[in-house]
Amino acid sequence: MDVLERIKDQVESNPVIIYMKGTPQMPMCGFSSRAAEALKSAGVEFAYVNVLMDQEVFENLPRFANWPTFPQIYINGELVGGCDITLELAERGELQKMMQEAAASKAEG
Amino acid sequence: MNMQEVIEQRLTETLDPVFVEVVDETHMHNVPSNAQSHFKLTVVSPEFEGKTLLQQHRLVNEVLATEIPKIHALAIHTYTPDEWFERAGQAPASPQCMGGSKPSS
Repeated sequence: MDVLERIKDQVESNPVIIYMKGTPQMPMCGFSSRAAEALKSAGVEFAYVNVLMDQEVFENLPRFANWPTFPQIYINGELVGGCDITLELAERGELQKMMQEAAASKAEG
Repeated sequence: MNMQEVIEQRLTETLDPVFVEVVDETHMHNVPSNAQSHFKLTVVSPEFEGKTLLQQHRLVNEVLATEIPKIHALAIHTYTPDEWFERAGQAPASPQCMGGSKPSS
């Protein structure tokens, strides 16, 4: 499968997914760490891809949604943004709601 | 001009900001202190009104399309003049780096 199709499949099959450096348990970047913590705090399950372990995704993700940096957070197949946006949404109390709604609509199928 | 000045000038030229601040945070990271690799920018502009956060950041990413690939990390904080007034002029602090090797935001 072409890498862009693989990414498309990942963001569409997971209600919430973060592309990050490292893992939520062992982040390798302060920005990835903070974004993953914000997702964890929401108490909704999410998927992750460690871009440091997948060279193809690392090189091609920036052109998938025309976003130049990591981490990248997708909810319902749509790019939400990077660390700063995710934290801002968490601060406004919107992140948890977005994640809960995405998880619920996925469960309904 | 150093990178901090370049970024500041690009934002000032294109976004007609009410407030712009670019901080070189390289010293917070595990690289030589003169590496000019980690920055945080705060920009307050009427251009952001009516735009989502994603659209606001996309605008900044476009303005800095030449600069972003040259640096390791860029924290972006965008506000409309009204939002900035409500926050009493305070942007959030940036995280410490942990190694990695591709621009982060």
